[in-house]
Amino acid sequence: MKIEGYQSKEHYDEMFTPEGDVRPHYQEFFQNLKKTPFKKMNHLQFSANQTQRAMGMTFNVYHDNQGLEKILHLDIVPRIIPNEEWKKLEAGLKQRTYALNLFLQDIYNEQKILKDGIVPSDLILGSKDFLKPCIGLTPPKGIWCHITGTDLIKNKDGEYYILEDNLRCPSGVSYMLESREIIKRAFPNLFNKGGVMPVSDYPAKLLRMLQFLSNKAKPIVGVLTPGIYNSAYYEHSYLALQMGVELVNGVDLIVEDNKVFMQTTHGLQQIDVLYRRIDDVFLDPLTFRPDSMLGVPGIFNAYKAGNIALANAPGTGVADDKAVYAYVPKIIKYYLDEDPILNNVPTYLCREDKDRQYVLDHIEELVVKETNAAGGYGMLIGPKATKEEHAKFKELIKSNPNNYIAQPTLSLSTVPTLCEEGGLEGRHVDLRPYILYGKEIEVIPGALTRVALRKGSLVVNSSQGGGSKDTWVLYN
Amino acid sequence: MLSRVANHIYWLGRYLERAENYARFIDVNFNLMQDLPVDLKEQWQPLVAATGDWDLFISKNQKFEKNEVLYFLAFDLENPNSMLSAISRARENARIIRENLSKETWEKTNQLYMMMQEGVEKKVWKKVDPRPFFEKVKNQILLIYGIADSSVARVEGWYFRQLGQFLERADKTSRILDVKYHILLPSGQDVGTPLDFLHWMALLKSVTGFNTYRRVYGNIDPSNVVEFLVLNKYFPRSIYYCLKEAESCLHHISGNKDGGFINPAEKAAGELRSHLEFAEVGEIIDYGLHEYLDNLQIKMNKLSDLIDSTYFRLRDNFISQNQDQ
Repeated sequence: MKIEGYQSKEHYDEMFTPEGDVRPHYQEFFQNLKKTPFKKMNHLQFSANQTQRAMGMTFNVYHDNQGLEKILHLDIVPRIIPNEEWKKLEAGLKQRTYALNLFLQDIYNEQKILKDGIVPSDLILGSKDFLKPCIGLTPPKGIWCHITGTDLIKNKDGEYYILEDNLRCPSGVSYMLESREIIKRAFPNLFNKGGVMPVSDYPAKLLRMLQFLSNKAKPIVGVLTPGIYNSAYYEHSYLALQMGVELVNGVDLIVEDNKVFMQTTHGLQQIDVLYRRIDDVFLDPLTFRPDSMLGVPGIFNAYKAGNIALANAPGTGVADDKAVYAYVPKIIKYYLDEDPILNNVPTYLCREDKDRQYVLDHIEELVVKETNAAGGYGMLIGPKATKEEHAKFKELIKSNPNNYIAQPTLSLSTVPTLCEEGGLEGRHVDLRPYILYGKEIEVIPGALTRVALRKGSLVVNSSQGGGSKDTWVLYN
Repeated sequence: MLSRVANHIYWLGRYLERAENYARFIDVNFNLMQDLPVDLKEQWQPLVAATGDWDLFISKNQKFEKNEVLYFLAFDLENPNSMLSAISRARENARIIRENLSKETWEKTNQLYMMMQEGVEKKVWKKVDPRPFFEKVKNQILLIYGIADSSVARVEGWYFRQLGQFLERADKTSRILDVKYHILLPSGQDVGTPLDFLHWMALLKSVTGFNTYRRVYGNIDPSNVVEFLVLNKYFPRSIYYCLKEAESCLHHISGNKDGGFINPAEKAAGELRSHLEFAEVGEIIDYGLHEYLDNLQIKMNKLSDLIDSTYFRLRDNFISQNQDQ
């Protein structure tokens, strides 16, 4: 096993200290690694790839003519998080989710936070993700963001920073679950010995949370998917299978008397809770986009009448906007009177004159993001971009300042990763834990760790050459 | 069960069975060719005739050569009934309703598809002896059946898949029998010659019915073979048996315990089944085997349409909403 020459000085490395010593929580794994010949590692990696292929663990890529289904590469070297570190993450994520939920309830109802001038009214009311039909609405049990998948990174200082609050149907949880099963086969003796917390009960927890949203004793739950061409279809069907509930398309559902029914071989059957993986505006062509072919005409009225629970609630998108992100520390303080446990990345809002000038002057050091884009699209990484790209983004910012924010370039931490050329090299990673909000808020002790497989790359998105790692949260 | 899901399961059953039968057809024809007298040319056109895709084939090919026919029947995606087309669609159906299948069923179906892709890459149709490949594909499909048999609960989904499988099998048995009609004997006088027997034997082998037939009837006799494949009460690939099973699936699905029928699909299935139940082989021969089989195929297609309209058709939720308001 080649580890000599491993570079852990430039960035924070999860496994090695800058001096090249193994961090305590990786000790157990490292001992095993030392005993494993490189050939064996390669073989384990090969088997993992084969298993993924056989399972059909695929995602679909937009703008790709090379056949629709792709496999998200799973690197077999895990990302390990010691318990103490996790406890802080857990507390911080609970706090943040709780506050964001209060924020959503407030802005769609009393709007106190806007009236008190903590968050600018026009930022919220003028956002295209602020859904007017939701004004005055309180979702079942008062919960808006049932499932959150927050993106974090660890900076050079060894601290976690929140990158994004994903409050609208975040994907990737199936990879967390399936990857674990595959890695268990690769390192069968390490899980028990190393004290790795299990994630396999996620589907059961998800189902319990969804059932909690209905007042019926035995509510009928379903997963609503846009269909087989959606990039995350595999995940939709996986979750439906694991929960033992129906996977429905828009065409399967029909609304009568403000109630939602499934069309079955034995007539109509009412459905009470939908984990919907369709964007807000496609949910109901009668309320939102009339050209939506994916949604269910009339479902919004059924929702308003309280006859169907939707997770997440329509309208949450306004709170995970990249501009609103800058205000989250204030939001936490406002509702909870607590200081945020987890760091926000300092964010420059191009809508503010002072910030904009700073961004234009320092564009070569900053990361510029579109406030409404996802998946790593519409993004400029200043230090890596050309002069032409800088100029182009400056123009874009000037012509539509509201649409852009900028942040300092952060250094993403690295984890040793098996490289094609052979040997282990550090590759940059981020972290997406999953949070469920039902009877209480629960953070699942695991996560999707996305890894930028290309040397030096910081883009971890699966649609742009990223892979994944299993994430071990330790009992101790 | 969701109507849309039931529809996909039904077609999953049909496509798998279709692919399996094609694998058998090819295997048996290959064996038959090896037994032909030296002066007789290989006959691949009857196979194409039996599948009902004759017109498509001749629009694409000039001659009925082995390589061309094998490619057309097994790997040609432009042929909607080729094995690859059927398996791709079986997998697509399975992928859509994966949450309704066991993990193993999905994984084996996915593997089956990858197996076919490998066949395309290796250009199996050009191999001197492609039989090991088709044997492997057939076994993979039988494996899927086996897994389902020992792991799937006997609830609605099971019966929809069985329904698809048995209707497809009935159709394919009728077609394989029809091959005999299309096989050209060198002259009319060859009827009843060893060559003629060879053909009948090959036909029985293609439905794995040769040994069973021997035990029941002994000697090879054309009308006995017809009786065996169309009317036999116990052989699981006879047309009668398949239709009886299909009817029973329909009754399980609707919950009809009293017999007769409670929807149009059950009526059509029951009529077809009872027609065969009380038929005699003499009548079939008198009517003309080819015509008789043709007629059966048309009726089975109608039955499939009735199943569709009874169980799978969805109401347009947009129209229904606009009427409400």
